[in-house]
Amino acid sequence: MTTQREIDEEILKYADRVTPGGHPERHYPPYRSSILRSPTQPLTVVTDPEAVELWGPVFGTGDVTELDADLTLRHSGEPIGERMTVSGRVTDRAGRPVRNQLVEIWQANAAGRYVHRREQHPAPLDPNFTGAGRALTNDDGEYLFTTIKPGPYPWGNHVNAWRPAHIHFSLFGTAFTQRLVTQMYFPGDPLFVYDPIFQSVTDPAAQHRLIAAYDHERSVSEFSLGYRFDIVLDGPSATHFEEDHQ
Amino acid sequence: MSVERLDPTPSQTVGPFFGYAMPFPGGPDVAPAGHPDAISVHGYVYDGEGKPIPDAILDFWQAGPEGSRAGSPGSLRVDTSSGELLGRDGVRFTGFGRVSTDGDGHWALHTLPPAADAPYISVCVFARGLLHHLFTRIYLPDTPDDALLSGLAADRRATLRARKDGSVGAAGTAYRFDIRIQGDVSEETVFLDFA
Repeated sequence: MTTQREIDEEILKYADRVTPGGHPERHYPPYRSSILRSPTQPLTVVTDPEAVELWGPVFGTGDVTELDADLTLRHSGEPIGERMTVSGRVTDRAGRPVRNQLVEIWQANAAGRYVHRREQHPAPLDPNFTGAGRALTNDDGEYLFTTIKPGPYPWGNHVNAWRPAHIHFSLFGTAFTQRLVTQMYFPGDPLFVYDPIFQSVTDPAAQHRLIAAYDHERSVSEFSLGYRFDIVLDGPSATHFEEDHQ
Repeated sequence: MSVERLDPTPSQTVGPFFGYAMPFPGGPDVAPAGHPDAISVHGYVYDGEGKPIPDAILDFWQAGPEGSRAGSPGSLRVDTSSGELLGRDGVRFTGFGRVSTDGDGHWALHTLPPAADAPYISVCVFARGLLHHLFTRIYLPDTPDDALLSGLAADRRATLRARKDGSVGAAGTAYRFDIRIQGDVSEETVFLDFA
């Protein structure tokens, strides 16, 4: 079985590479599961201004309620853990807000355990925490979730592999091309250097864009700690096709 | 006019544990209930060794039957009393579908045939192990090649064509469409870059 030291050496081989948009290369061997789940043929470039992907799915107030953004209110009792909020603004690369679009999150509980049958990490489930939430961005592209801080957890990539604490985010833009699934991390996590999924983003400046900022202004006295995570979606859209292709 | 270019938020894998968060009731049932033109499209997602991938999730997006790209809300619909998701109302065509692969790596979508001026179903593929999603398109057989298909070599073009497989799905005629994330030039699905 591969050791952490061997993974560290592999990570170093790819470190500091600058990639388009800072996105990970899909073939990143330190993350073992990427080896057989990444294409070998070049992608085919589409420039059709009528491509359906330049538009995208829409969601409305019937699809999401405000309560769906509070992960601490799903059960009869309060979940265990540090209560926190994560809020931010979703924009495109020109800084235009992505309005009334769906943001989905999911995460482990405070002990680092997911509500998932395949998850066998021997940490306790929390009967008062499921760990999934949804929100619609407002007219300024802003969202806000209330949750508890997730714990780090072990996984099977190599011996003694641990994921840094993170919240999974799924986002829609004004165009399907702008679709994004990512993970939000917490500042100062000592596990960053050991984690091949975080390190698959090889450019340090791009890594920084995956880390939320602690924002004391967003903490609520005697209630919750506030984190800020602004998200910039990549990809062209029909509404701004000319500008996007400059 | 120059436009400010912010650096995008990088992608990360969807991981293995999306199953209690992303799927929603009726996610595969894009066609209005009982619509006479409805079709089923189904297949497997395979890795580079030809093994089916049981932890992939696919988002689908297509134009309305008259070619509208505007979409419609109503894919998820929350029950305001229980907070549970209801799924679609069975009438509105939202253009959006979502299906996770089952334990055999199989998926099935029930929808309307794509519009004549947008003759494809767009697919966004997520999976454990896939660090950045992949876009592809499903074209039904017996439709003319559009600009994308015409620009591809014949073996590559064939990876984007569903085929009639003789079965009948929940929503009518069934078409088979497999997604091979990795393979040789005639096997690997054509994936798209909109940059």
